Amino acid sequence: MDREPVTDGTENTPTEDSEAPSGLAPSRHAIDVQLRSILCDVLGLDSDDVEQFDNDTGLFGHLPELDSMAVAGLLTEMEDRMDIIIEDDDVDGEMLETYGGLLTFAEAKVIEG
Amino acid sequence: MRSFAQWPAPLSGGGTSEEQALTFNQGREQRLLVLPALFDEANKLRRQTVEVMHRLDLSGIDSFLPDLPGCNESAQPLEAQTLESWRETAVAAAKYFDATHLLTIRSGALLAPGGLPGWRYAPHGGKQLLRSMLRARTIAAREAGREETIADLDATGRADGIELAGWQLGAELFSALSDSKTPASETLADIPSDAVPGAGLWLRAEPDEDPEQSDAIAAIIAIALSES
Repeated sequence: MDREPVTDGTENTPTEDSEAPSGLAPSRHAIDVQLRSILCDVLGLDSDDVEQFDNDTGLFGHLPELDSMAVAGLLTEMEDRMDIIIEDDDVDGEMLETYGGLLTFAEAKVIEG
Repeated sequence: MRSFAQWPAPLSGGGTSEEQALTFNQGREQRLLVLPALFDEANKLRRQTVEVMHRLDLSGIDSFLPDLPGCNESAQPLEAQTLESWRETAVAAAKYFDATHLLTIRSGALLAPGGLPGWRYAPHGGKQLLRSMLRARTIAAREAGREETIADLDATGRADGIELAGWQLGAELFSALSDSKTPASETLADIPSDAVPGAGLWLRAEPDEDPEQSDAIAAIIAIALSES
């Protein structure tokens, strides 16, 4: 398996959802930056690669680095750096499937917290 | 030069166990005992830890990385070990290797014997370490179609011990780690995180090494020791 992140194959052209940074509300942009940095650290990927992630970029099940132990590390690191608590029930396939899903989840948690 | 030594580690039930230690030992004056990270983090950081020791060797400092009973090459069962017995192990290792200084890595900070000056790299307690391991287990269970919750697993671990990410932890060790936050230390200085470039390698999904980080950690120790 190669170590390239799995994307939808299209260029990272701005769409309404993934436009960065000007199209994002400040808080969403800040969370986006923070989440990319955490993924970078956990996956050991270049920040340039993680910069290319869009909302449809596959995570769990797509990135070979992201096994259950790594997901656990990822969530614990998100808790630490974003000052949120992630409950058992929060963790489902949808939130981990794509970068967009994880970002939406993180955003909701930060607002909730 | 890197070599391996056998040393007698005390066991919780009395007696000792011959354990291995990775050493850079030339009988020099400055002798650093290294207390490793625990479990999965130990695997991810072992190479990095030895890289730091190698650099210290080149700076004229001896160092010793003992296996804790139940860990690494040890033939002892992990589930029989306790936090207290590991602390005694650390005290015994410091004595056996005539350590003058100490470096703890991550949760190794929990085992630091009092009295030795030194450093802590990215210290943290057992609570978060276990939270990650408990969570890994719930995620793996869910993938396999079983429902497990962190709260239930925590209760099981405290009562009967538990296997987490392949590590069989006894009830005493599990409980003690669960209740351990990052300890305070008066004799050990924390290596500032901004002095070590990049993210901690324990976060990575795979073991790795980072020469710049090893350089930074070794330099902080070597410079401080050259001034002492």
